[in-house]
Amino acid sequence: MDITTKNTQAPPPTEPPTATEQKRAARGATRPGDRIFLGLSRGSGILLLAIMAAIAVFLTYRASLAISKDEANFLTTFEWNATALPPKFGIAVLAFGTVVSSIIAMVIAVPIAVAIALFLTHYAPRRLSGPIAYVIDLLAAVPSIVYGLWGALILVPNMVGLFGWLDTYLGWTGIFSWEGGAPRSMLTVGILLAIMILPIVTNVSREVFRQAPQMIEEAALALGATRWEVIRMAVLPFGRSGVISASMLGLGRALGETMAVATVLSPTFDIQTSLLDPGGGTFAQNIASKFGEATEQGRDALIASGLVLFVITLLVNGAARAIIARRKEYSGANA
Amino acid sequence: MAKRIDVSGLTAYYSAHKAIEDISMTVEPRSVTAFIGPSGCGKSTFLRTLNRMHEVTPGGRVEGKVLLDDEDLYGHGIDPVSVRREVGMVFQRPNPFPTMSIFDNVAAGLRLNGSYKKTELQDVVEKSLKGANLWNEVKDRLNKPGSGLSGGQQQRLCIARAIAVEPNVLLMDEPCSALDPISTLAIEDLIGELKERFTIVIVTHNMQQAARVSDRTAFFNLSAVGQPGKLIEIDDTERIFSNPSVQATEDYISGRFG
Repeated sequence: MDITTKNTQAPPPTEPPTATEQKRAARGATRPGDRIFLGLSRGSGILLLAIMAAIAVFLTYRASLAISKDEANFLTTFEWNATALPPKFGIAVLAFGTVVSSIIAMVIAVPIAVAIALFLTHYAPRRLSGPIAYVIDLLAAVPSIVYGLWGALILVPNMVGLFGWLDTYLGWTGIFSWEGGAPRSMLTVGILLAIMILPIVTNVSREVFRQAPQMIEEAALALGATRWEVIRMAVLPFGRSGVISASMLGLGRALGETMAVATVLSPTFDIQTSLLDPGGGTFAQNIASKFGEATEQGRDALIASGLVLFVITLLVNGAARAIIARRKEYSGANA
Repeated sequence: MAKRIDVSGLTAYYSAHKAIEDISMTVEPRSVTAFIGPSGCGKSTFLRTLNRMHEVTPGGRVEGKVLLDDEDLYGHGIDPVSVRREVGMVFQRPNPFPTMSIFDNVAAGLRLNGSYKKTELQDVVEKSLKGANLWNEVKDRLNKPGSGLSGGQQQRLCIARAIAVEPNVLLMDEPCSALDPISTLAIEDLIGELKERFTIVIVTHNMQQAARVSDRTAFFNLSAVGQPGKLIEIDDTERIFSNPSVQATEDYISGRFG
């Protein structure tokens, strides 16, 4: 007796599915594999949020202890006497130094990184692009203290010539004037940070450019575009949001970089109008150099400055997302 | 504007693999020539040698001559970029620039060729979109992205983009294979209009389509997988579909193989 005849003889009783059964079917998570995977992925998501919240709560709590005792204006004071009684400290110098050194790093690194990425994906022969990409990966793996030592021992002494040149020809701007001090200044820090973020910006950009759709590039070629025009018409617009993301990754590293800055910079608690004169400081560098000897109260003050860095990083990321979202309907994603 | 294509002894390679061998044919100006044949017989490869797109593929290499009127496209000192400005191409899948508006898509080729005044660009864009039978559907949203159009509209946008630069020849690589029957009909009607102004070569897998749109039909075949594709015969479309001179052609169009 085969199955079909058996079924026609005795149709299985059909009952309307209960409400819970329907709900379960709609969720589509009835199989054990699905349930486990759903649990794992949901758990990971919640864990991430919990960690972020825990960091924010910790920073805010310790920071509030310090700021409530602060006799000076926390945002505008050029001074860091957190252990004094009463404590007087402010983050103006640190915020300025952090933002300026990161901007210098971005201005130098992003164009070079985009150019390297385009060379690797669209100009270099395959035999060459593999090894170059490998070397760039290696650069990303160099620890930051090594960059810091290299910066202090090699980069700083060799900046003297560049600084003299800048002072001679651009000194009148005020930004590039130089009083002749050791070149342990914001510009040197920015250049070092640029070298440090170059690999990550290059690598992410390279991935993005490699994924530019072949058929769009062919469309440009068939219209009689030169190689550069293909890149301008079909690769750069497609890779725009990816390059912004790559830059933000680099910026994140530049904002938070600690050891390399601490090794190269001569920190002072004032703002230099010239990028060439030594002095200034960054959040991370200041925390690293003061945390060891700080009292409980001094540590709270440093944590308060860390909170500001945290907020700046969040703002930068939010701004980047806004830029990416602004022209979404033109993005390559719906090609 | 339309020019004659004269191909002689053309062989194309992908690295060491010979994709098509020793193809010679003439394509008359202001006519539609269809390429038919089984998959892998090299029709698309051959089409791409006509605007030097074949050599864009890594390892792509061509031997032989392609004369456009009297100019050898593979001659000494001929810039492939200028060849492609003369020989336009429409691809299998519609590929408007996703980051550009409809207007900018059509104007893209002109902007490559030099600087134009805004009014000149507007005139050419309107004329090209009208030429591609798309103007009435998009005239109110020229600043919207081209990727928001339907597949058939996108393909006509690509045709408008190709004809905006007034090429001498228009190559179409299975332009309807990703489209529904109504969009296909719209494109086929358009091909009939465009052949008044351009020399058109179209690759198609649809034999009814070849019969409907083309004046001449070329049948390509390969003797075995891995062997180079060859031109079996080229003749008036009517003759190919009623009384071809080679048995293989008849077998193919009557569906006995391929």
